[in-house]
Amino acid sequence: MEGSSRREEVCPQLLDLIPQNREWLVNRDKERSHGSSEEKKLELRLGPPGQDWPLKGNNRERDESLLSLGYFSPMASGTHNTSNINNSGNQGSVLSFSPWSSSGKFQQQQGKAPTTSFLQSLPVAKEGSQPCCPTKVVDLQNAEKKAFSPAATPSPAPPAGTAVPNSSQKRTAPAPVVGWPPIRSFRKNLASTSSSSKPSTESQSHIQNKIPGEKKPLETIRKGLFVKINMDGVPIGRKVDLKAFDSYEKLSSAVDELFRGLLAAQRDSSAQGIQNNQEEEKAITGLLDGSGEYTLVYEDNEGDRMLVGDVPWHMFVSTVKRLRVLKSSELSALSLVSSKQDQMRLDSSLK
Amino acid sequence: MASSFPEEVLEHVFSFIQSDTDRNAISMVCKSWYEIERWCRRRIFVGNCYAVSPGMVIRRFPEVRSIELKGKPHFADFNLVPEGWGGYVSPWIVAMATAYPWLEEIRLKRMVITDESLELIAKSFKNFKVLVLSSCEGFSTDGLAAIAAHCRNLRELDLRESEVEDLSGHWLSHFPDTYTSLVSLNISCLVSEVSFSSLERLVSRCPNLRSLRLNRAVPVERLANLLLRAPQLAELGTGVYQAELRPDVYSNLAGALSGCKELKSLSGFWDAVPAYLPAVYSVCPGLTTLNLSYAAIQSQDLIKLLSQCQNLQRLWVLDYIEDDGLDTLAASCKDLRELRVFPSDPFGAEPNVSLTERGLVSVSEGCPKLQSVLYFCRQMSNNALMTIARNKPNFTCFRLCIIEPRTPDYVTNQPLDAGFGAIVEHCKDLRRLSVSGLLTDRAFEYIGTYAKKLEMLSLAFAGDSDLGLHHVLSGCDNLRKLEIRDCPFGDKALLANAAKLETMRSLWMSSCMVSYGACKLLGQKMPRLNVEVIDEREPPDTRSESSPVEKLYIYRSVAGPRRDMPDFVWTMDKHSALRLS
Repeated sequence: MEGSSRREEVCPQLLDLIPQNREWLVNRDKERSHGSSEEKKLELRLGPPGQDWPLKGNNRERDESLLSLGYFSPMASGTHNTSNINNSGNQGSVLSFSPWSSSGKFQQQQGKAPTTSFLQSLPVAKEGSQPCCPTKVVDLQNAEKKAFSPAATPSPAPPAGTAVPNSSQKRTAPAPVVGWPPIRSFRKNLASTSSSSKPSTESQSHIQNKIPGEKKPLETIRKGLFVKINMDGVPIGRKVDLKAFDSYEKLSSAVDELFRGLLAAQRDSSAQGIQNNQEEEKAITGLLDGSGEYTLVYEDNEGDRMLVGDVPWHMFVSTVKRLRVLKSSELSALSLVSSKQDQMRLDSSLK
Repeated sequence: MASSFPEEVLEHVFSFIQSDTDRNAISMVCKSWYEIERWCRRRIFVGNCYAVSPGMVIRRFPEVRSIELKGKPHFADFNLVPEGWGGYVSPWIVAMATAYPWLEEIRLKRMVITDESLELIAKSFKNFKVLVLSSCEGFSTDGLAAIAAHCRNLRELDLRESEVEDLSGHWLSHFPDTYTSLVSLNISCLVSEVSFSSLERLVSRCPNLRSLRLNRAVPVERLANLLLRAPQLAELGTGVYQAELRPDVYSNLAGALSGCKELKSLSGFWDAVPAYLPAVYSVCPGLTTLNLSYAAIQSQDLIKLLSQCQNLQRLWVLDYIEDDGLDTLAASCKDLRELRVFPSDPFGAEPNVSLTERGLVSVSEGCPKLQSVLYFCRQMSNNALMTIARNKPNFTCFRLCIIEPRTPDYVTNQPLDAGFGAIVEHCKDLRRLSVSGLLTDRAFEYIGTYAKKLEMLSLAFAGDSDLGLHHVLSGCDNLRKLEIRDCPFGDKALLANAAKLETMRSLWMSSCMVSYGACKLLGQKMPRLNVEVIDEREPPDTRSESSPVEKLYIYRSVAGPRRDMPDFVWTMDKHSALRLS
């Protein structure tokens, strides 16, 4: 083992480790060799994708089953091109600008391919996007439902050639997938503020006229509102989606869920081993009324630290920038002037 | 041959060579060139702070004056990298504090920097001049106060898109009264109000100030006063650009702006109201850069503004510009090189503006110098992409985001393979590409076949099998960064191209189909790759070898596995492979 791995370090041929893939390895070597690489590309270009992959033989399915990578169903390479290509009649004309357009094999392949929805062919990818912390799960479950609902999959192709403007294809909202569309968080915040301050009214009606049947998306209904949350004694911060809650109580129990395990693990690892942390976990309670070990505070849009729970929920949601779970003992050491008219300013003392 | 020149001569010659790649090439010529070059390298760029250790850099380059470091993967911008992942700069600062007392410039991107590190910078480097913290976090205004108080020769302080804990706006007053060297200040990311009197005094005593980017908290009423003190400004970022229309405020502002004869760049415009826009008309003809991406200004107002900006080279704007506005842009801004169009309502179900592929086609036709595009839209067609590709063969950066994943050509309902194929085929100089919409492996075949200069590729919700990834990894010879999310790419393509990974800076894959077993194998067999599995749910070894990993980040490193991993990151080195098998 030692010897062989040393040899491989010189020239990594990892596929040696997957003996079932021998033929493919050969294929790859050929590709590498100087003269045939051009041919190979040409081949790839003309052949239907997938056919010469993973090996040039016909025993692809057998080979893949040997790989014992459970999710590598034979479908995986067979279903491409299928999700929305039902109208190959039009395809030639669309593709005819490009040199690779008229691939008879390509179309045949489509014809044969089962019309599985694209999403169905990647169940694992979906699973893989599930996060761990319960709060995000709330958000994501929502997303998953949408992703799997028929409406979220691209709707069946209308007859070829009829231009269908997107707006008339009735869709549900894009499922809120974490990190999609790829916009930085400060832009998301911007979007929420700007859409509220945007209302130059004539322009809106002007847009409405342009896009018939369009409903004005009134406010940020599905938009997530992620804020950072940190807890004393837990080095890892989290983010929570406040739009997933509608009351302080729900937020409080989410905070408990988020940090209970982490806190227990933290205590454990500082004491001894990480075993038994299940038993050690105790609920984080009394976050809102100061009766528990920890108290939830937030930083508002003016940078002031405030106690969570002092203002109506919607006002809290519209001003909160950041959450923090503090040790109540440290909080009470400070002389707090808690009142609803007079904002508590803990900033300097709490850093 | 090297011996025929005195070292000093070679050193002098080398000093004219700025590009990192050229410098690297020089150091490969022979041992003596390597030696000479390393002693005169003043500027280094480390694209991944975990690819090399500070000690190794310091040993090889003892005389560095300027360092640029990058930390987290790019997808961190979109919340895909969990909080606490890493990218801490403090080991670098600590090491450089003793090794490089004459360090002048630090530029960081996506790194975590603490106030302690900022204080160390302020105390350690006597001639410190430039601090750029781009998309960084972990520090507060206290750290900035230390920089302000101690760095007497500071020329540039740029906090672009950083997340600063905003304790107070008084840090600006820590610049001493004798301090006059400021050239560039960007505080646009700060939330709280800065002390206006400190700001005004700072601006008026720094005669070389060329670039000033304020934060949203600076009211438009204050702007005129600042501009009167700095008529030499070339770059201005306004604060909030909204107020009740008062004739005196407007005329002061318009007057002050018209006095800024050298203004080339305008940004800011938070919450801009159309009534104040004409105040900038007087400087529009001189503008080359305009960032309106915070300004919710509607199309008609944008059209009026843009038709004044004939020399514009770079425009960032929200999709409120609509197709009509882009038509105007195409007609009036013939010098345009870069266009970014951001979505105003990225999460809405329906389009809230009339922005389609038409606008981009029109700009690609009208602006002959256009070479960089970032475009968010909701519909695209192969025809449009082919037209764009034919119009603009000199694109170096093409990033198209069709907001709904897996959207096909809206005319034909075909995948967008042919369209993106045309882009990579025609745009021979393409360095950066982001694709979206419905794409099959065929699109990646085109990319692998044609995109020979491509350096960074971003993929999401695309492809159908390992073949797609294989095309990219085996075909894109110059690929350095590849980031993939939610694509059905798995072990075979990755393992088959393992050697390729060593030629790249990094590979990110999340919600794909790479198995834990494959990650272990890679980590074990490729000692120069750091293979990190990120899983916030549970340790990956509690599941089967064949189960796919949540997130995977692979990068080459000569420093070995990093030691600052949080408990949701596992590195797949030899030891872990032994331990886990």
